[in-house]
Amino acid sequence: MKVILDQDKCVASGQCVMAAPEVFDQRDEDGVAILLNDSPSEAGTEDVQHAASVCPALAIRLSA
Amino acid sequence: MTETLSSDEPQAGIPEYPMRRAQGCPFDPPPTLRDEQEKGPLTKVRLWDGSRPWLVTRYAEQRALLADPRVSADITRPGYPSQSSSRSNSIGFILMDDPEHARLRRMVTAPFTIKRTEALRPRVQQIVDDLIDDMLAGPNPVDLVESFALPVPSLVICDLLGVPYADHDFFQDNSKTIINRDSTDEQRAGALGRLAEYLDRLVGEKLDRPSEDLLSQLAARVGAGELPRGEAARIGVLLLIAGHETTANMIALGTLALLQHPEQLTALRETQDPKLVAGAVEELLRYLHITHSGRRRVALEDIEIAGQVIRAGDGLILPNDIGNRDPRAFSDPDRLDIHRDARHHVAFGFGVHQCLGQPLARMELQVVYSTLYRRMPTLRLAGALEDIPFKHDGSVYGVYELPVAW
Ligand code: HEM
Ligand code: SF4
Repeated sequence: MKVILDQDKCVASGQCVMAAPEVFDQRDEDGVAILLNDSPSEAGTEDVQHAASVCPALAIRLSA
Repeated sequence: MTETLSSDEPQAGIPEYPMRRAQGCPFDPPPTLRDEQEKGPLTKVRLWDGSRPWLVTRYAEQRALLADPRVSADITRPGYPSQSSSRSNSIGFILMDDPEHARLRRMVTAPFTIKRTEALRPRVQQIVDDLIDDMLAGPNPVDLVESFALPVPSLVICDLLGVPYADHDFFQDNSKTIINRDSTDEQRAGALGRLAEYLDRLVGEKLDRPSEDLLSQLAARVGAGELPRGEAARIGVLLLIAGHETTANMIALGTLALLQHPEQLTALRETQDPKLVAGAVEELLRYLHITHSGRRRVALEDIEIAGQVIRAGDGLILPNDIGNRDPRAFSDPDRLDIHRDARHHVAFGFGVHQCLGQPLARMELQVVYSTLYRRMPTLRLAGALEDIPFKHDGSVYGVYELPVAW
């Protein structure tokens, strides 16, 4: 799975970091999300899918 | 445009909004909202001024529309379903659209990251423990709202913003006037004016003597010419109000709900598992949904959704309280169950305006719910549920007082 993050859309809600802390973090200066790993393992799939589904800004896309 | 009701139009079948909760069901949304949700995802309601905006009651459609860039939160646009005749947007970026909203919001997001809020957890634990020490040493029974629920988030947001807590009577009273649905426009404008003046003065002080707080950071931007001083003060007002009134209501109403569900209170009191505590916070946010006046928006373009066409200029009311009780999103939605996975709730809204303070609110509630009942294991209501004054007249729901004994 590949994770695509659109930082321009991000509103710094922190939801993705809560859902999948191995994959997402936030920039110190403004809380905008950053990707720690754009191809998470099988084991992390569910958390990343949850992150994408609760992102209020629709800033996270997943592809196969 | 949202149609205005003329006298020859039939009024039957279109309910008024806001609606009343059922007698004896203080934790449930008004039954009419449930009826409308069963009719379909989009129906119409009638407001105080006779206008008839769309009512969006289902979870999926609420999320889709709140995240749609063709939907505006700008209260000054014609068609916006306003709560009163006042169209003042003098309360920070919550009633603005992007790109202006995004630019201002990003100026204050840094202190609300997961990392920064986690770093505050020991300080919040200290505040909570100290207040409980005071309660245990003081009179019994006591009003939990005044002795605990309001001071916790007020102390935290004062620290974070750099507002002196000694002024809490002043800002709590004015906040109450602003969010009371029954306040007149004049009263509300007066309270907003006093808070804006107060924050403006504080920003001025931080310009001269900056420290580590958020108002000092805003003042630095004012000094650098990036932000008008009045706008900095308005952001301060928004954060101060949103930062204490909401969380305070969740603490008091959450405690009351748990006292009515003793087996869940026991589970929460006895657990050592931070995951269960965090899950209970999400479930209480979903179930209680305190921001019960509906998200309000206006369509900028025609939008096709759920077989209907929302026209440009139509008003939208999206009551997330009933969205959080949609059986399409939550099984057995009217049951409080701290063991369920409720993380996808919309208690903080959805879209670009989703709550800025949510990591802080979550952390505060986790500390409170995991400490209060453990340290006061015999906590109980001092009086009858029927006598509790609920905030039916507030745009944020909760209780005015919660007499408790132990
Ligand atoms: C349990 C507590 C809280 C609840 C239930 C809550 C709920 C909400 C909701 C529903 C919105 C969305 C408004 C909309 O879409 O029109 C919102 C926005 C906001 N909240 Fe909260 N909130 C809480 C705590 C806080 C705290 C502690 C702070 C600040 C320290 C805060 C600051 C804000 C701000 C600044 C916005 C506006 C965001 C924007 O327009 O971009 N909230 N909140
Ligand atoms: S969930 Fe979305 S909006 Fe929130 S921090 Fe992550 S990417 Fe940004």
